[in-house]
Formats: sequence, C-alpha cells, structure tokens
Amino acid sequence: MSEKEMELLTKGSGEAEQPFRYSVGRWGSKFLIELRDHKKLLGIRCPKCQKVYVPPRQVCSPCFQRMEELVELSDKGTLMAFTIIRFSFIDPETGITRPVPYGYGFIKLDGCDNSFQHFINIEDESKVKIGARVQAVFSEERKGNLMDIKYFEMIDD
Amino acid sequence: MERTAIIGIGMTKQERRKESETFSDMVFEAVTKALNDAEMTIKDIDNIVTGCNDFWDGRTISSMAVGDASGAWDKNISCVEGDGTFVALYGLTRILSGSYRATLITAHSKGSESISSLITNAMFDPIYTRPLGLDAITSSALQAKCYMDKYGITEEQCAMVSVKNHRNAKNNPYSQLPMDLSVKDVLNSRRLADPIKLLDASPITDGACAIILADEGMAKRFSKHPVWIRGVGFCADAYHLGDRDLAECKSLEKAAKTAYRMAGIENPFKEIDVAEIYDAFSYQELMWSEGLGFCEKGEGGKLVESGKTEMGGSMPINPSGGCLSAHAVIAAGLIRIAEAVLQVRGGAGKRQIPDVKTGLAHGINGPCGQSHCVWILGE
Ligand SMILES: [Zn+2]
Repeated sequence: MSEKEMELLTKGSGEAEQPFRYSVGRWGSKFLIELRDHKKLLGIRCPKCQKVYVPPRQVCSPCFQRMEELVELSDKGTLMAFTIIRFSFIDPETGITRPVPYGYGFIKLDGCDNSFQHFINIEDESKVKIGARVQAVFSEERKGNLMDIKYFEMIDD
Repeated sequence: MERTAIIGIGMTKQERRKESETFSDMVFEAVTKALNDAEMTIKDIDNIVTGCNDFWDGRTISSMAVGDASGAWDKNISCVEGDGTFVALYGLTRILSGSYRATLITAHSKGSESISSLITNAMFDPIYTRPLGLDAITSSALQAKCYMDKYGITEEQCAMVSVKNHRNAKNNPYSQLPMDLSVKDVLNSRRLADPIKLLDASPITDGACAIILADEGMAKRFSKHPVWIRGVGFCADAYHLGDRDLAECKSLEKAAKTAYRMAGIENPFKEIDVAEIYDAFSYQELMWSEGLGFCEKGEGGKLVESGKTEMGGSMPINPSGGCLSAHAVIAAGLIRIAEAVLQVRGGAGKRQIPDVKTGLAHGINGPCGQSHCVWILGE
C-alpha cells in the first residue's frame, strides 16, 4: 500500500489540563494588593543604580542587586510601543477566542525606568501613537490580579 | 580555540504537517542522513546533545523520547531546551572540554501538533504578561513597531525581505513555501498585528535537523571536506520585555563581536560570503543585519533595497529561503548552520553562492531575539 493510500491516525491529548497555582511572591503580592485596595501602582528601586522597576521584583538584573524600597508610581505614563491585534486568538485565561481588534502597549509610567505591558484603548486609533500620554483605567470590581487595570487610555496632558 | 569541525549534516524536508511521522521518526531521518554524509556509523559517535522543548513536544523529558532515534542507547545524551544554534554550542563545548571527540547534535519540532500561539504565550510571565495574551507574533509586532518607528524602516522594505526569501526558497528542495510574490502581495496580505501581516510572518512547520561535530583528529580521519568552526558568540538580554529597549539588539551586537574576534574578522560585510540568519519575521532580517554589522544602525531597509542581500549580491542573506519560508522552531537555527555548511562546501545545489570561503549562521532564543548565537564557519 502506498503512503498516499495509507490511513494515518492521530491521538488527542484529552480533556485533562495541567493546572498550576503560581506563587505571586512577596513583592508581586504587595503590588497586586495595593492595586486592588487603593488603585495605586507600586514600583521598586535599586539601591545601587536608583532605577525603578514595575512590577516590583527581587533583583535588579544589570546590578545583580537585591531591591527592597517600594515607591508609589503615577497612574499616568507614556506609550513607548503598541500593536493592534487583528487576528482572532484563543485567550489563555478563558480558552475563548477574544474579539478583535484590540490593542497592547508598552507604557513607561511616570517615575519608572522600565515599561509595563497592558491593553490600550484603541477606540480613537488616530490618537494611538508612540509618545502619546496614557492613563490607567481601573476595573470597578478588583480581584488582586492584572485585570484590576482594565486598560490604558489616551489622554491630553 | 582547538580546531573543531562540522563533518556531517542531515535534514528532513520542512512541511506544514508530516502526518506519517512522529517527531522521533523525523529525528531518525535527519540523524541517518547526517551519519551517511559524514561516512560514519553510530558507533563512531561518543555523545549526543538533543534540542527538545517539552511544550512543543507535549511531554516532559522530551529529550528521552528521541533517544532511540538519536542512537543514544548506551551513550551519554544531554539536552538543550532552545534553538539549535545553542544546542550545537553545548555540543561544541563538550568537544572542547576534551572529554568527547564526536558529538551528534539533533533538533526538531512539530508545529502542526499544537496551537502555536498558546505555546509561545507560555514563554511569558504567568502573572503579568500571559493574561494579556502576548505571543510570538504580538510581541514581535511590538518590537517591529519600536524598531521601524525609531529608524524610519518602512513596511515596503520589510516586504522586500519576504519577497526575496520566498523566491530563494524555490531553489531549496527542503523548504516549505517557495513562492513568487510581489511587494504588493505582502502589503495586501491579512493584517495579524500591526505592522506584521501574514506574509511578514514565518509559517507553522514540522521538521528536524542533525549535524555532527568532531575534533581535529576525528575530522581529518573521516571527512574529505570538514567545515571548520572559526568563531562562536552568544549573549542574552533581559527576560522582561519591558526592561529592554526593543528597538535595539545589543545582545546580538555583542554575540557577533565575540564570534568575529574569535574568527579574526574585522569587516564582516567584506569577509563573510553568505549569511543564514533567523528571520522569524521580515523585519528581523533587517534588524539582525544591523546587529551583525553588515550595515550601519537603521540602514537595514536600505541594505535590502540595494539588492546586495539577493542571491547575486555581495552579501547574500538566506539563500535557503530562511525561516520565512520554513520555520521548524528549535530546528531552525541548526538548519541555518547546516545550510551554511553546505554553502562553504560548495554543495548547496541550485541555492549555492559561488566561491564561499566564510559563512555565517545565526539563531535566536526567547521573545524578540532575547538571546542570539552567531557561528562563523570556514574552509
Ligand atoms: Zn540596579
């Protein structure tokens, strides 16, 4: 029997998942709890190079230095990069295809040295530009996760 | 550095879906071809390094699932979870340690068996990045935007890379998507995530590759045409995308400098005859060309416009068709090395560049070229 005529089978991986429960850690928990309870964004400062990172984490990578000083950041910032997603994509959180189009951006919050990634509101696409000023819009019901920020919207500022 | 050579290469045809082969079947095909190419038997190999990724293979310790196919029975086998250029680098260091003389390197993946966007989404932080749905395409779109905005690179210039590489693939019997395209076809293809369109992106691919590395004594004993490793460089940038300047590829600049220094190369554009570089997206060929020092910063677009990177140009890039024409993740960087080996030997068939003395192969690992590995190969 030739290869073309031959019946070839496949096997699915089944319905069972590989669920995880990731530790958010000390610094991440402080960040998400502050976001949930006070709609505030926290960064962490390196004692050596003075750079401020968001979200807070243990180590400044270039200095290989432990960080401990939390600092409050503005909910406003500058759009450093963005893309508008136009292909339908399975949402890793829900398993449901997310409606398109929607926007992602890299936001440099005022008072911070690295960029934060989140959704951006693209209702008025003409305003979505690198260098645009943006502000966080918080969810009404906040649960202590990243989605406590709904998205960042373009502002005149 | 002690002299080490690549004395055998083998690869499968790269296809959208290989229904009649498991991933270990693909590895066996590539390994058999590499051994035949080196005129060796598996007995002549004293250790094996496989390139396997548990997510792409859908199982843990996936390296053990290719043990039989790699001839690892009763031998020392180890694994690198990453691009093939890094797998080969580990194999090279094993030979340089003096503990081994002939290392078989394999790398494979079957993109067809899973949902690519979910797998590439899983490379990101599960608390802050994964919930946003970021994947290889969308993170690269962000990088493309940063790079193109900073240096004034146009979508037309990116499209020219896709046109060139799909045309080159017509000369490569192992490639997946040989095509005659126009810049307009690329610009009008479906928008995925701005500025990346369908024809700016590499396809989903099944494929495997194997190469054999040997120390000088073994290389001279077995091979009539050893291809010598003249330099290798490797460097990693930060993991968090927000910590990086995505418009720049500093880790590539550093990796390239290391490899050039080792190989004694001062002017890469003049001294390198052909380059196989990791173009997962069209903009990457331009950006990596700059990082490799083939042109000044921000001049990648002008470089492709000049025609110098075409088959007949002074710096042909990706005569194989590149990743844009076939992208078996993990294997792709090893395929770049195998293609460069064929070019240096003069055995690349219709895709051969005349008089290649020095070839470059390049691979990336992590989102948006987080880490880069550069290989300089010569006669
Ligand atoms: Zn620091």
